[in-house]
Amino acid sequence: MNMKSNSLTRNSIVMTGLAIIGVYIAIMAVSTFWLPFDPVSMDTDHILEAPSLATGHLFGTDEFGRDILSRIMKGSTISLIISVAATLLGTLVGTFMGVWAGYLGGRWDNVLMRIADVLFSFPSLLLAIFVMAILGEKTFNVVIAIGIVYIPQFARISRGAILTIKSSEFIKAAKSNGASSGFILRKHLLPNILVPLIVQVSLSLSVAILLESSLSFLGLGVQPPAPSWGNMLSGARKVMVIAPWTAIYPGIAIVLLVLGFNLLGDGLRDILDPRLRNVR
Amino acid sequence: MFRYIAKRLLSLIPVLFGVSIIVFFLVRLIPGSALEMYMGTQVEATPEQMVELQRIFGEDKPVPVLYVEWLGRILQGDFGYSLRTGRPVLPDILSRLPLSLELTLLSLMLALLIGIPQGILSSLKRNPFSDVINRVIGLLGLSLPQFWLASLMVLAFANFSGWIPMGNYIKFSVDPIRNLRMLLLPSLAIGIGLAAVIMRYTRNSMLEVLQMDYIRTAKAKGLTKRVVILRHALKNAILPVITVAGFNTGYLLGGAIVIEEVFALPGMGRLALYAIYQRDYPVIQAIVLMIATIFVLVNLVTDLIYAMVDPRIRLDDGGR
Repeated sequence: MNMKSNSLTRNSIVMTGLAIIGVYIAIMAVSTFWLPFDPVSMDTDHILEAPSLATGHLFGTDEFGRDILSRIMKGSTISLIISVAATLLGTLVGTFMGVWAGYLGGRWDNVLMRIADVLFSFPSLLLAIFVMAILGEKTFNVVIAIGIVYIPQFARISRGAILTIKSSEFIKAAKSNGASSGFILRKHLLPNILVPLIVQVSLSLSVAILLESSLSFLGLGVQPPAPSWGNMLSGARKVMVIAPWTAIYPGIAIVLLVLGFNLLGDGLRDILDPRLRNVR
Repeated sequence: MFRYIAKRLLSLIPVLFGVSIIVFFLVRLIPGSALEMYMGTQVEATPEQMVELQRIFGEDKPVPVLYVEWLGRILQGDFGYSLRTGRPVLPDILSRLPLSLELTLLSLMLALLIGIPQGILSSLKRNPFSDVINRVIGLLGLSLPQFWLASLMVLAFANFSGWIPMGNYIKFSVDPIRNLRMLLLPSLAIGIGLAAVIMRYTRNSMLEVLQMDYIRTAKAKGLTKRVVILRHALKNAILPVITVAGFNTGYLLGGAIVIEEVFALPGMGRLALYAIYQRDYPVIQAIVLMIATIFVLVNLVTDLIYAMVDPRIRLDDGGR
């Protein structure tokens, strides 16, 4: 395979990912001012109706007669906001820690990286569940729980990136020119660690959506009646044998968005990081 | 090798120490003490009884002292008492641990058994189309929520309960066949995503190795394709796959927590969830500590297997 078709594949993977995410953002935007039905109010006359054009419930209704499509649309806002906010939290705190540790080195580096090691000793979902158990089941706490999972990941990546360029010639040159540490960090170090960070952010967004939906599925995340894809699937468990659509559509909503972020992250990694080009 | 193992074992001590600090102090952050929560469910106590209760709940001393005492008890196998049942925590956990470990292990085995052969096969039939397909399957594996897959399986097999037994859980020691049949779907739900990831890694790693000179030499020597692929290529290609599988055990352990709930399996994850719903903190602490320790040990074993398969790591170590 030649380089040209290779880069074409890579671009189309990134574009597919972006297109999927774009569709979800559009749905989110539309859902803020228009939804086919009220996603929260119950309608006892239309419980567990199968998907149909005639009734207008394209994805059917759930065990409280609520329109599933409307709840999925509303849920997209909740899922996207939580995963973006959590990833942002992890990126900011983690990168700050990692850059600090990598740039200063010595004792701080040791302390911060040991903390990261300890946080890495918890499987992600377990750590998130544990944090939720302590903070209590509130939507905002989901952001903190997932953010905490991400902090060590971003710390390690940014530290690694800083260490590889810290001793390079252009940094030494800047130092001998009398540039301050803050200036070097801002102008030289941060721009150079952006590439691994961007890739990690994209992959983290996908995992955040999975973590949020898992927490909500277990009843530890977004609380009903507010719709989230995870708690919709949780509600569906009792009725899915007689009404499979309650379990199928919210799951597809999760898979597609997560796949979108994964395609974007994976494609970006190829384009931005030439060392990983052979990973297909 | 012995020195390497000893060194790695020693390096676990500070990590596990840190884990215990987090598990202990995070629970201390909860507003309202364990005693208050306990008292909420009990009748009034006399002042003398309160003093005694404070001693039992460990609220009569400064927090660092309490931590040291707590850690001391944990190291002796005393994980405290459940706030709900009043029973010791450890026996309850130990009786549920085997199921969770079996689930994790089975799902890892399924992931490897599906992922590695598929990865090898797809590395042999290579074209631009299969490149894209493999990439998408690998990414799709990462994108599937395990609990959704499990729900779909329950849905699909709800009418075939004779084939896959779903009722009360039966221990492996009681009826191994029935036990394995019960755990097949849950393990698949946990492991199938990892299988897709392993497939992708095996394939990429094989593609890289197959281009090497020694493979060409082996082929030129007239060795059969089978020997070249299985003996020469796979042995080197498998290294990154081991790492991926090992480090994803955390994903499997976490998956087991959710999947036990979906399939109503009485494992440690389910115990943890009920402890969380009921705010039973000693149980939560013990389980989190237990799972984190298992995870750390699995990562150690992964490193050791890696070192065993790849002699260069031991050489590096001896040179230091």
